[in-house]
Amino acid sequence: MSTLHYDIAHVLDGSVLLLGFLLLYQRRMFGLINIFAFQALGLALAAAWQAHVHGESHLYATALIALSVKAGIIPYALRRLIIHFGIHRTIDTALGIGPSLVAGATLVALSVMLVLPVTADSAALTREKLALALSTVLIGLLMMITRRNAITQVIGFMALENGLILAAVGVQGMPLVVEMGIAFEVMVAFIIFGIFFFHIRDRFESLDLQYLESHRGERR
Amino acid sequence: MTVILFILGLPAVAAILLPLAPSHKVGAKTNIGVCMATFCVSLALFFVDRPTDLLFFIDDFNIYLVVLTTFVGLTTSFFSAGYIAHEIEHKHLDVRNLRFYHAMFQAFMFTMLLGLVANNLGFLWVAVEGATLATALMISLSRTQASIKAAWKYFILCGVGIALALFGTILVYLAAQPVMGAGLHAMAWSELMRWGPQFDPVLLDLAFVFLLIGYGTKAGLAPLHAWLPDAHGEGPTPVSAVLSGLLLNVALYALLRFKMLLVANGKTLAPGPLMIGMGLMSLVLASVMLYRRRDIKRMFAYSSIEHIGLVTFAFGLGGAMANFAGLLHMMLHSLTKSAIFFIVGHVAHVKGTQNLADLRGLTVSHPPLGWTLVLAMVAIAGLPPLGLFTSEFLMVTTTVSQAPLLAAPLVLGLLVGFGALALRLQGLAFGTPRGLVHTGGGGSLVPIYAHLALVLVAGVYLPAPLVRWFEAVSRLLG
Repeated sequence: MSTLHYDIAHVLDGSVLLLGFLLLYQRRMFGLINIFAFQALGLALAAAWQAHVHGESHLYATALIALSVKAGIIPYALRRLIIHFGIHRTIDTALGIGPSLVAGATLVALSVMLVLPVTADSAALTREKLALALSTVLIGLLMMITRRNAITQVIGFMALENGLILAAVGVQGMPLVVEMGIAFEVMVAFIIFGIFFFHIRDRFESLDLQYLESHRGERR
Repeated sequence: MTVILFILGLPAVAAILLPLAPSHKVGAKTNIGVCMATFCVSLALFFVDRPTDLLFFIDDFNIYLVVLTTFVGLTTSFFSAGYIAHEIEHKHLDVRNLRFYHAMFQAFMFTMLLGLVANNLGFLWVAVEGATLATALMISLSRTQASIKAAWKYFILCGVGIALALFGTILVYLAAQPVMGAGLHAMAWSELMRWGPQFDPVLLDLAFVFLLIGYGTKAGLAPLHAWLPDAHGEGPTPVSAVLSGLLLNVALYALLRFKMLLVANGKTLAPGPLMIGMGLMSLVLASVMLYRRRDIKRMFAYSSIEHIGLVTFAFGLGGAMANFAGLLHMMLHSLTKSAIFFIVGHVAHVKGTQNLADLRGLTVSHPPLGWTLVLAMVAIAGLPPLGLFTSEFLMVTTTVSQAPLLAAPLVLGLLVGFGALALRLQGLAFGTPRGLVHTGGGGSLVPIYAHLALVLVAGVYLPAPLVRWFEAVSRLLG
């Protein structure tokens, strides 16, 4: 593989991780959704590039799903949801922006230190892709933990899923990538429809998950 | 192979067609019919050649879980029909919401069976993910605030678990791919086990950590169990029965398959101590939590965590005897716990509450139901002559001989859990009756008797073919 191919793949994978950091940095709901859409776009490009370079044509399907569903339909649905239910446009954080960024950087260091020694025998590109993907997964997890709102949790979950698809795409010749991607999309779709149909806002007064915390005990 | 296609095809087709059922009664009857057919077909597995291809396979280990799953599915479908009819009669459920209930039940059965017979890591993962979806929809069936909250919590926690399990699956493939080459066969259990010794052990270690956290969340192992009491407590009772009786088993089955792969490799970290640690933590934590429950379904949900912890501990310990005890306990716990949830469903119907404080003196006010509950609680507490005594006794004796230090927390956990159940049984069964006493209702107790009879028989006499078979699986597990 020529260096140019290699570099382009790196830039695309790196952009997914970078956009993961921007998700942590964002304080506004609509901004968050836009950044998520861009992250999905980055994932789509990375998958398409992998498909092109390695001639794995089924990855074009993965790229197409990421582009249409995650960069298109889901951000649109989330925007409608926020307008429809009049959800707060600013994000309530459990851990401040600064500390979350520091925690995010620590997680990236951790995953690089974890993945690179372990995969010493694998192809260079696979190792680095995997380190970037694991970082994205962990940042998505961090976002789910440190952001209090149900919508931001869903976005955190989808960022995590972007990282997973990136990993699956990066491992050469992995079967069933497309099927797994679809299984995830169905799950995310159900979560979002759950918010729609169950009117979680109506029932919980707010999408703030602190209200869920009060349910930790028993029914009286 | 035809048999497998039937086992998977019946629930799959039913799940697609059931939303079209004209009324919930037709839906319930179809549900029973399909479960009955699936159970009969699964029995045929004993008489045909074991099929294996790159997508599906049957071996000694999964065949007994497939039959157990279809059996519990069948009895639950009977119980569910009566339960749903009663709930509609008393306006706890909206008929409009029920349209998808039976379809989701069949979809759940499909995913459980797919997970068990899949000869492919990817299929297994998709199956467990699909089971999460189907059960989350069933948990929120009553559309009360509490049930929707429970479903949401279940969705989010298990979603993360599932995601981490996928990362582990990718790492296993990454370990297999340099040795076996790319392609579908590098994700097939039957092939992976053959090539296992050549895989990179460090990659497998890393993969197992992710898989343990991922599938461990679904199996309800502490400290990842937070979703389990809510889902059991707020969901409809038939769903609690299949969650405890089937889903936890399948999640544990997934974990055990990966453990077998690590054992086959031989150069990895021993997976045993990790599983022993989580198992003991679940056992002790859940036993202590049993004391402060106010809700009967939540109490038995904690008891499920306790027993899954025990089983995980036994498999973590490894060796022929411990694996034997683990397999036996897994099977008997499924039967006993789903029977208990059936009883709890009946009790909640006749008393109109699941609050432990209002459920007292059941043997006085409702003798048949009350005494059945006593029998089932004696079984789940691990007293002789019922089957769970045999498996727990085996576990304790094996632990004392193999790892005496671990016996202390094991016995402590068992005793603490036993104490809690004995305390509760006292009030539930023998106190002065209190609260509402509906007459009638209830429905058939036959599924409960079927389960408890099997548990009793297993405690008194294990048939020789069954023992040989368990021994074969124990060796397989390493």
